[in-house]
Amino acid sequence: MKTSFLDFEQPIAELEARIEELRYVQDDSALDISAEIKTLTAKSQKQTKDIYAKLGAWQISQVARHPQRPYTLDYLQGMFTHVEELHGDRAYADDPAIVGALARLNGEPVMVVGQQKGRDTKEKIYRNFGMPRPEGYRKALRLYRLAEKFGLPVITLIDTPGAYPGIGAEERGQSEAIARNLYVMAELRTPIVAVIIGEGGSGGALALGVADQMLMLQYGMYSVISPEGCASILWKSAEKAPDAAETLAITANRLKALGLIDRIINEPVGGAHRDPEGMMQSLRKALGETLKLFQGRSMDEIIQTRYERLMAYGKFKEAS
Amino acid sequence: MSWLQKLLPPKIKRTLGDTKKTVPEGLWSKCPTCESVLYRTDLEKNQEVCPKCGFHNRIGARARLDQVLDAEGRMEIGSEVTPLDPLKFKDSKSYAERIKASQKDTGETDALVVMQGSINTVPAVVAAFEFRFQGGSMGSVVGERFVRGVNACIDHKLPFICFAASGGARMQEGLFSLLQMAKTSAALTALSRAKLPFISVLTDPTMGGVSASFAMLGDVILAEPGALIGFAGPRVIEQTVRETLPDGFQRAEFLLEHGAVDLIVDRREMRDKLVKLISSLMRLPENG
Repeated sequence: MKTSFLDFEQPIAELEARIEELRYVQDDSALDISAEIKTLTAKSQKQTKDIYAKLGAWQISQVARHPQRPYTLDYLQGMFTHVEELHGDRAYADDPAIVGALARLNGEPVMVVGQQKGRDTKEKIYRNFGMPRPEGYRKALRLYRLAEKFGLPVITLIDTPGAYPGIGAEERGQSEAIARNLYVMAELRTPIVAVIIGEGGSGGALALGVADQMLMLQYGMYSVISPEGCASILWKSAEKAPDAAETLAITANRLKALGLIDRIINEPVGGAHRDPEGMMQSLRKALGETLKLFQGRSMDEIIQTRYERLMAYGKFKEAS
Repeated sequence: MSWLQKLLPPKIKRTLGDTKKTVPEGLWSKCPTCESVLYRTDLEKNQEVCPKCGFHNRIGARARLDQVLDAEGRMEIGSEVTPLDPLKFKDSKSYAERIKASQKDTGETDALVVMQGSINTVPAVVAAFEFRFQGGSMGSVVGERFVRGVNACIDHKLPFICFAASGGARMQEGLFSLLQMAKTSAALTALSRAKLPFISVLTDPTMGGVSASFAMLGDVILAEPGALIGFAGPRVIEQTVRETLPDGFQRAEFLLEHGAVDLIVDRREMRDKLVKLISSLMRLPENG
C-alpha cells in the first residue's frame, strides 16, 4: 500500500516520489542509478527522523489519526496468538466499533478489548469510525467480568474519536454505559493494562481506560475533548485547533510529565504506520514486562493501589 | 457566551443567564415557558418553580442546599480545596482569569458545594453543583470535593446525595478533568462496599462527563421535571446525524420512558421524597 503523507510530511513525500521514479526507470536504464537511490533513501530517512523529532501537538494528533496507523484488529493479529473474537452485549446488539477477544500474549491467556476504526469507506461506516454505542461499552463490560471470573488480565487498546453522539445511543443510555464501565473497572478483580494506540477521545476512550498501568504510544493522543472541538468552543474557530492541541496537553510526553501515564512506547521512525511489525514487537515486549509487575501481588493489594491511584488524580490548592 | 450555552439550542438558551442579577428584587418575572407574569418573591417562595405551569427554573448550589437541608447543624465539606491552573491554559482569556470571574460572579470558589447536615432530621451529606460557575463543569476541585463528601459518608455511616447541574468535564484542566470521571465513579465503589446509599438527582442540565460518570451511578436516580440530561449536547447530535431531534429528546421524561431514571420528582416534594427513600434503604424507623 502506498503511504499517505500528512501535510507536514511534504518534504518526505517529495523525496519518496523521486525515489519511486528512479526505481521505475532503473530497470530499463543502462546507467546504474542504485547508488543515487541509496543516497536518496538515506536522505528520506534522515528527513523523516528530523521532522518527527520536533512534531508539535497538533501534528502528533494527525499521526495518531493517520489512516494507515495499525488498529486494534491489526494488533490482535500481529501481537497475539490463539485469538478468538467474542461478540455482543447479550442485551441489544454487537457493536463493531468495539472488538473484544480471548487471546494469548507470549503464551499467557488475556482478554483484549479495543475500539476499532475502519480502513476503507465501507469499513469506516461499518465500524462507525471507531465511535462506540452503548452496546459496545456493555460488550466491553461483559468481557471485563468474564476475564475477572477466570482470572485473566485485561488489556485494552484505545483508539476512538469519542463515544457516538447519536439519537439511538442516547435512547439506550450512552452515559450510563460509560459510567458503569468506570465503576466496574475501578473494582474489577483482575489486572488491567490500558494502551493508547492512537486517538484517546474523551469519555469514550476513558470507558476503556481505568487501569493499573497506563501505556501510551509515542504519537498517540489522549484528551478531554478533541482539539477541534475545544477550539470551536473556546476560540470560536475550529482553525485554532493547533493552539488548542498545544494547550490541552494531549501528547504522551506532556501526559508523562504530568504523571498521568506510566510509560511511553517509542514508535518506529516516522510513526507506527511506517513499520507496524516493529511497533508490535516493541509493544508486545512492553506489555509482557508490564504484566510481570503484577506477579506475586495479591488481588486486594492490586485493587487498593488502583483505588489510591484513581483518588490521586487532580491538581488543586489546599488550605491547611 | 459560555461554551455550554453554545451547545444548547436557542430555546434553552433564553432560560439561561442570571435573572436574579438583571431583575431587581420584588419586580415581575416572566415564566420562560407559560409566559405568566409572576412576582419574583412568589417565585422564590415557590422554590423557583412557576406556580402556574410548574416550570423548574435553575437554582444555585446554596439555594438548593437551603431547600433540602435543615437549617441547624450544617458543616461544609471540602471548601479548603480550591482550583489551580495546572496546564496554564489560555484561549481568548486565561483559565486563571475565568476562574476569578466566576468566583466573583457566584461567590463560590468552584462549581460544587458539599455539606454535611440533615434532611428533616435524617443525617446525610448533600452535594450541589453551581451551574453559574463555569457551566458547573467538573475539574479537579469538583472531583476532590465529591470524594471528600463520599468519604465523610463512609466515616459517619451517612447516605450521599448529589444534585447535578453541569455541562460536563472542564476543558481547561485537560486530562485532569477527564480523569475526575474515573475518580468520582471509583469513590462510589467504596460507598457501595460500606452499604450506604447514593441518590443522584439530575437537574437541568446534566450533560457530558458528569452524566457519563457518577450522575448515572445512583442507587436511585431522580430527575427534576423537564431537565436536559444526556451524554452529547443536542446540537452536536443534530450536526452528527443531520436529523431533527424528536420532541422532548433528552428531557427527564424521555429518560424515564427509556428506563434511565427511577423517578421524576417535583422540586417542592424533593425533601420529603429523599427522606422517604433514604429511610427505606437504610432501614430507619418510619418517619412521621
